[in-house]
Amino acid sequence: MKEKLTSFIASFGLPRLIITAFLLSLFILAPIVGVDLPMQITNVINRFSWNAVLVLAMVPMVHSGCGLNFGLPLGIISGLLGATLSLEFGFTGPMSFVMAVVISTPFAIVLGLGYGALLNRIKGGEMMIATYVGFSSVSFMCMMWLLLPYHKADMVWGLAGKGLRTTISLEGYYDKVLSNFLQINIGKVSIPTGALLLFALLAFGMWAFLHTKTGTAMTAVGSNPTFAQAAGIKVDKIRMLSVVMSTWLAAIGILVYEQGFGFIQLYMAPFYMALPAVSAILIGGATVNKATIMNVILGTFLFQGIVTMTPTVMNSVIHTDMSEVIRVIASNGMILYALTRKTEVSK
Amino acid sequence: MSKRPQQSAGKSILTFLRNNTVPLMFILICAVCIPISGFSPEYLLNEIITRLGRNAFLILSLLIPIMAGMGLNFGMTLGAMAGELALIFVSDWQIWGIPGVILAMIVSIPISVVLGLICGKILNMAKGREMITSYIISFFINGVYQLIVLYLMGSLIPIAHGSIKLPRGYGIRNTVSLLNMRQCIDNLLAIRIGTVKIPALTILIIIFMCLLIVWFRRTKLGQDMRAVGQDMQVARDAGIKVERTRIISIVISTVLAGFGMILYLQNIGNLSTYSAHSQVGMFCIAALLVGGASVDRASIGNVFLGVILFHTMFIVAPQAGAKITGDSMIGEYFRVFVSYGVITMALIMYEMKKRRQKGTTGELLALAQKEEEKHEQQA
Repeated sequence: MKEKLTSFIASFGLPRLIITAFLLSLFILAPIVGVDLPMQITNVINRFSWNAVLVLAMVPMVHSGCGLNFGLPLGIISGLLGATLSLEFGFTGPMSFVMAVVISTPFAIVLGLGYGALLNRIKGGEMMIATYVGFSSVSFMCMMWLLLPYHKADMVWGLAGKGLRTTISLEGYYDKVLSNFLQINIGKVSIPTGALLLFALLAFGMWAFLHTKTGTAMTAVGSNPTFAQAAGIKVDKIRMLSVVMSTWLAAIGILVYEQGFGFIQLYMAPFYMALPAVSAILIGGATVNKATIMNVILGTFLFQGIVTMTPTVMNSVIHTDMSEVIRVIASNGMILYALTRKTEVSK
Repeated sequence: MSKRPQQSAGKSILTFLRNNTVPLMFILICAVCIPISGFSPEYLLNEIITRLGRNAFLILSLLIPIMAGMGLNFGMTLGAMAGELALIFVSDWQIWGIPGVILAMIVSIPISVVLGLICGKILNMAKGREMITSYIISFFINGVYQLIVLYLMGSLIPIAHGSIKLPRGYGIRNTVSLLNMRQCIDNLLAIRIGTVKIPALTILIIIFMCLLIVWFRRTKLGQDMRAVGQDMQVARDAGIKVERTRIISIVISTVLAGFGMILYLQNIGNLSTYSAHSQVGMFCIAALLVGGASVDRASIGNVFLGVILFHTMFIVAPQAGAKITGDSMIGEYFRVFVSYGVITMALIMYEMKKRRQKGTTGELLALAQKEEEKHEQQA
């Protein structure tokens, strides 16, 4: 029995166990300290639906052995370009969301191809360079948001008449288009069916893709590049494909996030968006070179659960809000834990 | 150079250009931006000397981990945090002026050593990806720092003075005033030439530190570090304790970063408790790389050239940007972009070089193995 328990802890990972136990205790504690539980559950589900696609974007690159995609901001930028251009061209309502997806796709593909080509030249050092590719592209786009000729009145600064605002309200555009689609209300708990459906669709697509011939090849490249090369798989091409997929999913992910949140955030906002997604998938049980759809779902739920539940519960228990500190320590601790595992073969 | 034959001079100029792309690019940016910004030479010189005194020590702390082959130490932020903690204690004890600075340095040492040991231990568990790991460590320890400063100080850790505490009774205010030790080291022995102030003592400290690093390179430990940086396996076979040497290099770097941060903050004159350290690592690393350093090679010359070029760009870019585009934010964003861009370029160049080298050593290894097999068959 004891052996079983230790082997279970070893496979599940101690930090993950602590985080799960912590979240469980939050759920148990919530009604005792007088927190509105149905409301909290609604929040957790909603936040899950905003973030799940961004976390899903990690999967392809982990599979092809490119490591965790710290360059997520690059994909987010393609999404932001799609969103702002869709609004600029005068689309409104649900159509603006569809057009945002359509417009951001070519950007994501082009940027993804460039990013993939770069990562193919620096195999082994992907994660650090991905981080800084993300940072440079965000700070480059900060200049572009000011300089690009946007003119739509509710997007640009009122006085100057040019330069995009730091936050753009999506009211009248695609604010909650997915969340309100087929929304289910059970008592006080409301479920954003549309957003969950889109995630389910993308996740199923990813699962199906990983079982196709190309998908299996991708896993092979990730687990043993030399073997894959010998088996006649074009390693660089597969890696490139995985990077493009990840970038595109990040673009869609940020659009889904925006429709839930209700605002487009520009300038420095995408800067640190990779870290929550990275730690979410790691909390879900992924490692630097292995990730499944289940890791995505579990991880997003656990991570968003902690982010949503800690402030309210902690506030009612000790009357101070330590949630930010706990989030920083837990999420970065999780990334550190994953980086120090000796699972990855050094290339 | 003029005495050499024409052809080789041309060739050496070309290699010089290739090896110094980043500094040359920065000289070009500065050369364009300085006239546009319209700053007077005295103002500019004064600013650069101030920033040299402020930042050089911090950047020097990066040299030793590079020597030990651990790349750019993004974990220097840990030292910065240790320095800040020490300053909070010292200003709580109301010890000001130069004694305050010296006491802060002494207090920072044990904190830096502990943080450095933790960082070194973790980095030994993540060999080959030290940089991303040290980068995440700095985030992680930042969380711990916030926990200590925002919640434990005043409640568990005694903080006597009300002026640095938050009104709620525990936690430290957003800014801690260091007015009573502001520029105390810079002003002692300061030399004024016209409007330009030269903080002679600070510069002497920095020069002393440089000499110390030069000396350290020649010691047994310094040689060991270089060997570890070249090839860990070979160093281990030669009887060097690789793990221990790597930890020591990180500890030294963290302690120096702590001193550097205290010098930096005594120049600024107030401590932004929760944000002062957040950008320090990035700016120091960018400055070092601008000076022509790479991930595996950095000299003291790189530090000084880097500070001068990077900070000249930093001073003139917002003004020049405002003059060109009519929007001051463009220049602000431009300098941030350049900082990140330089680090990105340096990382890419380093990885590509490493891969090329690995390719050739791989071939050599395969050849050697074949030879060995032949020998075995013969035997």
